[in-house]
Amino acid sequence: MAVSEIVILGGGVGGTLVANLLARKLNRRQARITLIDRTGRHVYQPGWLYIPFGGVPPEQLERAERSLLNRQVKLVVGDVHQIDRVERRVVMVDGVSFPYDFLVVATGARLAPEAVPGYAEGAQHFYTAEAALRLHAALRDFQGGRIVVGVADIPYKCPPAPLEFTFLLDDELRRRGLRERTEIVYLSPINRVFTIESVSQFVTPLLEERGVRYELFFNTESIDPQARRITSLEGTTLGYDLLVLVPPHRGAQIVIDAGLGDEQGWIATDRETLQSKTDPTIYVIGDASDLPVSKSGSAAHFEAKVVARRIVGAVLGRPDDARYDGAVMCFLETGRGQASQLVFDYRHPPQPPQPNQLYHYEKMLFNTAYWYLVPRGVV
Amino acid sequence: MSMITATAIDKEIDARGSFCPGPLLELIRGVKSVAVGGVVAVLSSDAGSNKDIPLWIEKARHEFLGAFPEAGYTRFMVRKTH
Repeated sequence: MAVSEIVILGGGVGGTLVANLLARKLNRRQARITLIDRTGRHVYQPGWLYIPFGGVPPEQLERAERSLLNRQVKLVVGDVHQIDRVERRVVMVDGVSFPYDFLVVATGARLAPEAVPGYAEGAQHFYTAEAALRLHAALRDFQGGRIVVGVADIPYKCPPAPLEFTFLLDDELRRRGLRERTEIVYLSPINRVFTIESVSQFVTPLLEERGVRYELFFNTESIDPQARRITSLEGTTLGYDLLVLVPPHRGAQIVIDAGLGDEQGWIATDRETLQSKTDPTIYVIGDASDLPVSKSGSAAHFEAKVVARRIVGAVLGRPDDARYDGAVMCFLETGRGQASQLVFDYRHPPQPPQPNQLYHYEKMLFNTAYWYLVPRGVV
Repeated sequence: MSMITATAIDKEIDARGSFCPGPLLELIRGVKSVAVGGVVAVLSSDAGSNKDIPLWIEKARHEFLGAFPEAGYTRFMVRKTH
């Protein structure tokens, strides 16, 4: 039996986990596993939420990708130039190419501030460590006024994050004695404060109790950085002193160039088999897909297990029809040392418990335990 | 089905079983991504969509083309008007 060439693009949660699961099930005579990553650094992105409040030093959120990978996995650090679907190979910018029998695209989402006029000059965010540090500095200098929190575009990673940020912001401003001098406005793109109705029902009174004003049906259209105003496509305009807006997200350019993505670069993906709808020989994991599930490490985690099983089955000639059931699990910080938890899949809506301290501690614990549990496939 | 087949759909999103971000956000995403005049369809199995989706379309001043029940889900259609 020839050695199967398996190439994985992206060293985030999905790419790393699928590589390690494959290495555990397939030996070197069965498969050569190559993971290609742009930076060689693995980042625990959920930790960025805490940086603006000085809660986590950014260096704690990053490790060398090599240190997380099974030794059998070859790590290539560099930029991909092209996915050549005809020749079935991945061509790097430096001209080196990697042929594949199986390709897993786990290229994630990139931030595209240019997609919303005025965003780059007018808004702050916490969706990179650097931006979160800038926001930390802006909050440190903040002495009162109106802070507007929302999202610039849809889709974006981790749907609850702006809501969590709002609760933590309220805590922080109270701690510093600035809350009386600050109006917080939370923007929601839909007709309630959170997309899941049951979550919305317990979160709305929490926002009201903390004096957070919310604007519903607010989908950002543009920002005027000089006038410090943000306008929605529904026609509402709001002034701000500090604007914290999740930036627009797009898929990877190489995905668009390869004819796999839609105009925003999201890959049309079978919601159960996780194969590209354009090219079923390619698997898609995590944020890179167009699946109607949260763009989150949690979804990528569950998807990686499905893709690993399917590829192992194909390599060994024992087809495995593993399917993704839409599973996602995440925590939702509600401030004051409390959190809730969302667990759901395509068939079961989330039934979030009332926020309590236990879930907050679990989230804190997971933020640390992640490095031992997730990339290696312990959970 | 007759009216649906008579209308060309530019983008259809299967949001059945989508709880987060959910069918309405998938629809908004779809509307943003098509050209003015384009038609977006979203499949939803969430009962809340019957209220949420027409409300947003009205608020955003697009054209609601209707909700068409299928087996276990509903197809919502909207035309982007601006």
